[in-house]
Amino acid sequence: MQQGTITKVSGPLVVANGMKNAKMYEVVRVSQEKLMGEIIELEGDEASIQVYEDTTGIGPGEPVFLTGETMSVELGPGLLESIYDGIQRPLALIEKEAGSYITRGIDVPGLNYDKSWDFKPTRSKGDSVVGGDILGEVEETSLITHKVMVPPTIKKGTIEDIKSGSFTLKDVVATIKDDEGKEHEIKMVQKWSIRRSRPFAEKKIPDTPLVTGSRTLDTMFPLAKGGTACIPGPFGAGKTVTQQSLAKFCDAQVIVYIGCGERGNEMTDVLLEFPQLKDPNSGEPLMKRTIMIANTSNMPVAAREASVYTGITIAEYYRDMGYHVALMADSTSRWAEAMREMSGRLEEMPGEEGYPAYLGSKTAEFYERAGYVSCLGSDDRSGSVTVIGAVSPPGGDLSEPVTQNTLRVTKAFWGLDAKLAYKRHFPAINWLTSYSLYLDNIANYWKENVAEDYMQVRTQASNLLQQEAKLEEIVRLVGMDALSAKERLVLETTKSIREDFLFQNAFDYVDAFTPPKKQYWILRCILSVFNETSKIIDKEGFEIEKLLALPVMGKIVKSKEYAAEDIHKYEELEKEIIKEVAALA
Amino acid sequence: MQKEYKTLTEIAGPLILVEGVEGIKYEELVEMTTASGEKRLGKVLEVNKDKALVQMFESPQGMATEGTKAKFLGHPLEIGVSEDMLGRVFSGSGKPIDGGAEIIPEKKLNINGAPINPYSRDYPEDFIQTGISSIDALNTLVRGQKLPVFSGAGLPHSQVAAQIARQAKVKGGEGDFAVVFGAMGVTFEEAQYFMNEFKKTGAINRSVLFINTAADPVVERIATPRLALTAAEYLAYEKDMHVLVILTDLTNYCEALREVSAARKEVPGRRGYPGYLYTDLATIYERAGKIKGKKGSITQIPILTMPEDDITHPIPDLTGYITEGQIVLGRDLHQKGIYPPVNVLPSLSRLSPTARKVTREDHEGIFGQLYASFARGLEVRDLAIILGESALSESDLKFLKFAQNFEDRFITQAENEERSIEDTLNLGWELLTVLPRNELKRVKEEYIEKYLPKTKES
Repeated sequence: MQQGTITKVSGPLVVANGMKNAKMYEVVRVSQEKLMGEIIELEGDEASIQVYEDTTGIGPGEPVFLTGETMSVELGPGLLESIYDGIQRPLALIEKEAGSYITRGIDVPGLNYDKSWDFKPTRSKGDSVVGGDILGEVEETSLITHKVMVPPTIKKGTIEDIKSGSFTLKDVVATIKDDEGKEHEIKMVQKWSIRRSRPFAEKKIPDTPLVTGSRTLDTMFPLAKGGTACIPGPFGAGKTVTQQSLAKFCDAQVIVYIGCGERGNEMTDVLLEFPQLKDPNSGEPLMKRTIMIANTSNMPVAAREASVYTGITIAEYYRDMGYHVALMADSTSRWAEAMREMSGRLEEMPGEEGYPAYLGSKTAEFYERAGYVSCLGSDDRSGSVTVIGAVSPPGGDLSEPVTQNTLRVTKAFWGLDAKLAYKRHFPAINWLTSYSLYLDNIANYWKENVAEDYMQVRTQASNLLQQEAKLEEIVRLVGMDALSAKERLVLETTKSIREDFLFQNAFDYVDAFTPPKKQYWILRCILSVFNETSKIIDKEGFEIEKLLALPVMGKIVKSKEYAAEDIHKYEELEKEIIKEVAALA
Repeated sequence: MQKEYKTLTEIAGPLILVEGVEGIKYEELVEMTTASGEKRLGKVLEVNKDKALVQMFESPQGMATEGTKAKFLGHPLEIGVSEDMLGRVFSGSGKPIDGGAEIIPEKKLNINGAPINPYSRDYPEDFIQTGISSIDALNTLVRGQKLPVFSGAGLPHSQVAAQIARQAKVKGGEGDFAVVFGAMGVTFEEAQYFMNEFKKTGAINRSVLFINTAADPVVERIATPRLALTAAEYLAYEKDMHVLVILTDLTNYCEALREVSAARKEVPGRRGYPGYLYTDLATIYERAGKIKGKKGSITQIPILTMPEDDITHPIPDLTGYITEGQIVLGRDLHQKGIYPPVNVLPSLSRLSPTARKVTREDHEGIFGQLYASFARGLEVRDLAIILGESALSESDLKFLKFAQNFEDRFITQAENEERSIEDTLNLGWELLTVLPRNELKRVKEEYIEKYLPKTKES
């Protein structure tokens, strides 16, 4: 093994000389303790290395070993249900090796190489295959069938041999002879460099919504499968709660949850809760479709930088099998800060607020790895990776570089608002500043699957909320008495939209997930009060107080408690509304 | 063999450069001996070939490049721990200052600790009753939580922290408890206040105190919270105690960090604080928690004063992103004579959803209802300032009255008043009777029936 010598240690940055043969982003082992590091700068025979573990006790003169490999993840069955640190070491194995604390120099494999999996071939000997083709299947969990694919590096070839039965990840399950006559042994595991995106046939325009069950998100600011969203917000506004509800309820098939520089107890919460929660469709524990990456705020900072890449590479791998994957990164600000810290120690010229000048390009590169794609392979399957990134702007100030760079590349913006959070209006997503650019793309889907006038209902609600903001300013200046009956009606309607529709309790399991059809009907009922009243509002003797005292108004408040199947209840409710309001005239 | 060098070439504030060194390790402890024979400690901040940059934990006053000897001790800063530490007072760098004997350590521990594996953590869910309504009902504290107090200069944060330490109880939760107190750069009086409090209640025998006052060296403060937490970890995870750690004042700690960063000429982040402030604070706060299979726990209540009461200042801001909530004290409440001046709207306890499930069935609902109603009441109050009360609608007036009652009766309580959680929740229901019943949207109908006191109107 080639080796160099350490000359400088400054926190997670180690500089070594005698590194002439080293490559950029090559993985190295630092000192006799074999701490894992990655080369991030080369100058002459001197290499700067970011070390993924604590460097206490390391000093000049100690060796650095080259491995010849780039930073990669191991992809194969066994990923699901795992919880990893930022560099794909299973935390359960670390606990076994080192106890309750994460100590240094622990080298554990990302996947279990001794476990046997049942491999069922779907192709046979003599078949001609291309890169990305599915060779066989493994039942990874009761929810997800793992597809063993021809690695994308093989362009075209013929199956020389393919087996069936129980194998470990060490075993060869197929042999492929490529067009140049070279033989490739295929195992159920492949390695992929985390900083390179996995190839696909072509990207498509995302046009299917990612259904989340959140009324504010699905109806007002929907996200498409294969899309990107950004959730910025000051602390306490509910970023993590929103991310976790998405992980629980969204209709993606595989979830990759990255806790990047966040709280240890929060990760524990997810760890304890997910195995208990049932997937609404199958009744199986949610953990069976989830992969978690936990690099808490007190764990080494360099591994935080790597954790988002580890996560997205795993997400792309499941996408390649033809699954819809949703990736939550909480929080990308910590990732950017990790970059800033390394950049500072490398003495690079800083950009805005000390962040490196390449912050924008790195952010864009990461979010561009999302998308709805046709996968490689001849069977024309498609899959998607949806990326939802939380941003933690200092002081809640959205003009800071991480938020701004993220907004440039994401298409849905869910702006969390401290003022709403203070009132305990959750999700505290500000309906005036948030937006989604996927509305037009997915309008057709709503039309065909939920209701013909879904978009009209949504637009009306959104317009009323805009009007409310203006009217409230008037009320603040001259008081409620100055408003006309029509304006009062707008305010009463938006109050209902806010309290009975947008407000949603993430800790109440019935309320936390509302299917799109039910969302549509709740909103439709609220708006029918407005529409029906508008018809009679100019008539003599109409009083808004009488409207508010109608028995049906109390029913609207409780209507979100109706079971999702009972759509007829909403139809009846609407009829009642029409009848009672008409009687007021 | 330990090596001694006389090759100091530069002293800049708390930083000392030693040249011509060999075999030096990162984070290694350094003992400097001045010409007059005084010994002071520091640590290696950076090694570059044969140069070591040393950050002192003690004042560099009186040190000279000539005549000072640097001895590299080959291990990072450690603290000797033993159960005998209980009842003792130490300096900010861990030396006994109560006139007692040196501690005979059972073992020596690295003060930096190691990160707890998230997989090995046990989720905190034991409700701690502090006897303070605004905390118990609205910002429930849980064993193993880190819940800071965001205060301002001149606000009674010490009294609130001392009241919590005095009254904290866990229902049916036996087991030894201990208090570890770390003071960084606080005034003599403030440190004395806590010592007297602990003495008065007898808690001093269950306490370990680390005191760095404003008069003590600034850089010492960087080590103080780590010493305190190392002692706490020892008591919690090896001696099965439930440890409450009070750290005051984190603002002084961050300023010490900024001083070192500036001396190193690092690229500054916001307001001159180093870019790694978040990571650094996390290595303190994240040492709270519970570990699977261990009986003890560490609950942290760090106190920080927000410069200019500005919650967006980097210190409270980054703290809020790491800790599990915050208790914000408000100057206007304090000036109105309200104690404890807990500003409930920006206050938050992230672990309370779990805790609210175990206190009483109606807690979840009434929590949301009190918050929403109080927020509405405050909005109405703002409106009334501009338009006058006569312009308010009937229901607005009710909310206004509710907000007033809420401040006067729910938030306000005496420094020695201890309310049980049941009393607190019942008081909440009583206050809600002022409001129209159809406005109680956050509480379930069955609980309204069960808990809402029947008034004449209804």
